[in-house]
Amino acid sequence: MAAAAVPTGDSGARLGEVVLEMRGISKRYPGVQALAGVDMAVRAGQVLALVGENGAGKSTLMKVLSGAVLKDEGEILADGVPAAIRSPQDARRLRIGIVYQEFSLVPALSVAENVLLGRYPHRAGFLDRRAMAAEASRVLGELGVDLPLAATVGALSVAQQQLVEIAKVLAMEPRILVLDEPSAVLGGEDLERLFDVLRRLRDRGIAIVYISHRLEEVFALADMVTVLRDGRVVETLPVGALDHAGLVRRMVGRDLADEAWAAGTEPAEVLLEVEGVRRAPLLRPVSLQVRRREIVGLAGLRGAGRTELARCVFGADRRDGGTVRVGGREVTANSPGAAIAAGIGFVTEDRKREGLILNLSVRENVTLAGLARLARLGLVARGRERERVGRLTERLRLKAAGQAAEARTLSGGNQQKVVLAKWLHTDARVLILDEPTRGIDVGAKREIYRLLREIAAGGAAVLVISSELPEVISLCDRVLVMHEGRIAGELPGGTTEEAIMTLATGGVR
Amino acid sequence: MSASRPEPTVAPVAATPARSPGRAGDLLQRFGLVAALLLLVGLASVLSPYFLQPGNLVNVARQVSIIGIVAVGMTFVILTAGIDLSVGSMLGLVAVVTALQLRNGASPWLVVLLGLALGALLGLANGVGITLGGVPPFIMTLGMLVMARGLALTIADGQPVSLGPAKEQFQWLGRGSVAGIPVPVVLFVLVAVASAAVLRLTTFGRYVYAVGSNREAARLAGVKVRGITAAVYVVSGLLTGLTALIWISRLTVGEPTAGTGLELDAIAVVVIGGTSLFGGEGGIGGTLIGAIIVAVLANILNLLGVSPFTQQIVTGALIVLAVLLGRARR
Repeated sequence: MAAAAVPTGDSGARLGEVVLEMRGISKRYPGVQALAGVDMAVRAGQVLALVGENGAGKSTLMKVLSGAVLKDEGEILADGVPAAIRSPQDARRLRIGIVYQEFSLVPALSVAENVLLGRYPHRAGFLDRRAMAAEASRVLGELGVDLPLAATVGALSVAQQQLVEIAKVLAMEPRILVLDEPSAVLGGEDLERLFDVLRRLRDRGIAIVYISHRLEEVFALADMVTVLRDGRVVETLPVGALDHAGLVRRMVGRDLADEAWAAGTEPAEVLLEVEGVRRAPLLRPVSLQVRRREIVGLAGLRGAGRTELARCVFGADRRDGGTVRVGGREVTANSPGAAIAAGIGFVTEDRKREGLILNLSVRENVTLAGLARLARLGLVARGRERERVGRLTERLRLKAAGQAAEARTLSGGNQQKVVLAKWLHTDARVLILDEPTRGIDVGAKREIYRLLREIAAGGAAVLVISSELPEVISLCDRVLVMHEGRIAGELPGGTTEEAIMTLATGGVR
Repeated sequence: MSASRPEPTVAPVAATPARSPGRAGDLLQRFGLVAALLLLVGLASVLSPYFLQPGNLVNVARQVSIIGIVAVGMTFVILTAGIDLSVGSMLGLVAVVTALQLRNGASPWLVVLLGLALGALLGLANGVGITLGGVPPFIMTLGMLVMARGLALTIADGQPVSLGPAKEQFQWLGRGSVAGIPVPVVLFVLVAVASAAVLRLTTFGRYVYAVGSNREAARLAGVKVRGITAAVYVVSGLLTGLTALIWISRLTVGEPTAGTGLELDAIAVVVIGGTSLFGGEGGIGGTLIGAIIVAVLANILNLLGVSPFTQQIVTGALIVLAVLLGRARR
């Protein structure tokens, strides 16, 4: 990396000139076309907002740009010249700087040490502290922020860390700056300050790509907006030509769900009652009810607090307050054990890390949460266990090389069935599922839907968190939409994607 | 990202006959271990005609049992992805305390109970520090290693504690025999069989594997992770207490330095036996064979007159080799 300092912000291109163009970018993962012929152009001195639902392809597109993922097709032009980006080093050479959602900071090092990480000025191998402080303070000055250079990054607030992360990228003198949902961790004033910084950088001729879920931000900051849906560009147009509703319509306006919503069996009495459950910093007091034989959807954007709510109800995370009742009985203890004893089952979002024990067998996974009911005096009744697991796997039509097969050898859909079988084994009356069909192919998805309907019809209360709107709409009897840690509204089954997205993005219905 | 893999083209689970629980890799590993052991025994009997003599075999068995009982306890701990560095020092402390009581005329039966209880209590201290205190197992048991040894030296005033006249009443444990088999060997076999049964047949055993494989998933399935974690250190302490009793019975003296370095031998045996230091993989069978391999190796090198220094080199190489082979198989 050249040590020669190019003044930050000197993009070397005239304002409005296209500095980077992506043409016909395609990327396929097994079973999923993540990107299909995506075109995107970034201009000097302009903020381009990249919007779309979860899974629309925004992150994959940026990974192609950063060299973290190799494209299958298409070309990337830098200043009109074809550029090969096969590694993050290539991207850096083209002066593309990316601020990721997950920080890449070293908490134990100081602000200055983080900003210049990997490029410390030195004299004969010895760290040149004075030069480092000077360089870091120059970069922070350009950014217009005032942070103590010697402070340990781990001791800073998240908002301050975000600024350090941006400074670190800026120190590499990017011509193109990509920010992937920087606002996820920022609020009010901090966000306003970040916007000021970005506007200043833009005015200096840097091309900025801003990825966000929050449409208010798009309107506040961006000049142009590119809408992605299902791996394709829907439209690229000036922000001024749009309103909130128009943008939402473009984001979700796909064909209607392939499975129409049908009213389920008549819901009966309330089974799960959540009252004022809260947990700092994200979750405001949330209350909701789910009836017997009812499937309730919990929609919202990533970071809206859906997973946090589910984990607090199940006792996976300690709640700061509020009560959970099952069938009128309060679940007092704040632990998974107590929730399970009360009849709650929780299908986690991360199947492989939290839902399953991959090196244990199908049988051991199915009975883990309810092993005690198969045991007498601590001894597992293995015959009964085999029989029980056999009946459950048959009911779920699980395909595996046998009950003794390790869970890791199963396909995603069958792994999810093992997790479902685990809660069927405990006779859970309340089932909470977090993104139950993520990473599962279409056929298996339908089977999961069928099973959830069956479980609900059998008298359980089912709460499904999902980011796939067609899924929420076609599966659920009622939809609750969360926004910024609280329930923003309730919609009936068979509602529209627009209605959900409006509530989820902070709009009023 | 949906990395969907092709569905296995196998009949649904329910249709296939249920087999006994088997972690495929585990079985393979154990088969490899048995083969290695047979090879070693064959080699030993060729190299030294004395090896297969009953007297020598009994001698090997006796050596296996001391280290083996401790290694069984260590297996429980390592299966939860923990480590117990304090076994050697706990052995020294229990040896000194029980020897003192015997010399002072306490009843042998009471002393046996005392030794077991003290071991379990020290293990409980480890378990509580790790689970409630949140101290990493390595650090907690390292602290216990130093403390227990210091305590043993303090209590014994740095001197070996002779059992005195009580040694006559207390020699069965270390020197007696049942149907011609030395008592320590019988005890080791009982401990190994019971432990294997606990791991295989009880809810506790199942939870040990679950906690060691994926702590968070186990917690979310309602497993009392802290309780299980603390319990394995109690098992390790208890079995170390038992070993200490055999030790003083055999030597008729409780040395405060007894068991120095034992933790490393025990860990080596467990690792050679194929139990993963990352937890969740392995078992008592492997540890049993690992203990025999190490003892047979030491014995044959002794019979061949190889210096103890060279023996250390061979044992060290064996530890690394065992893990390399285990990795290659994955």
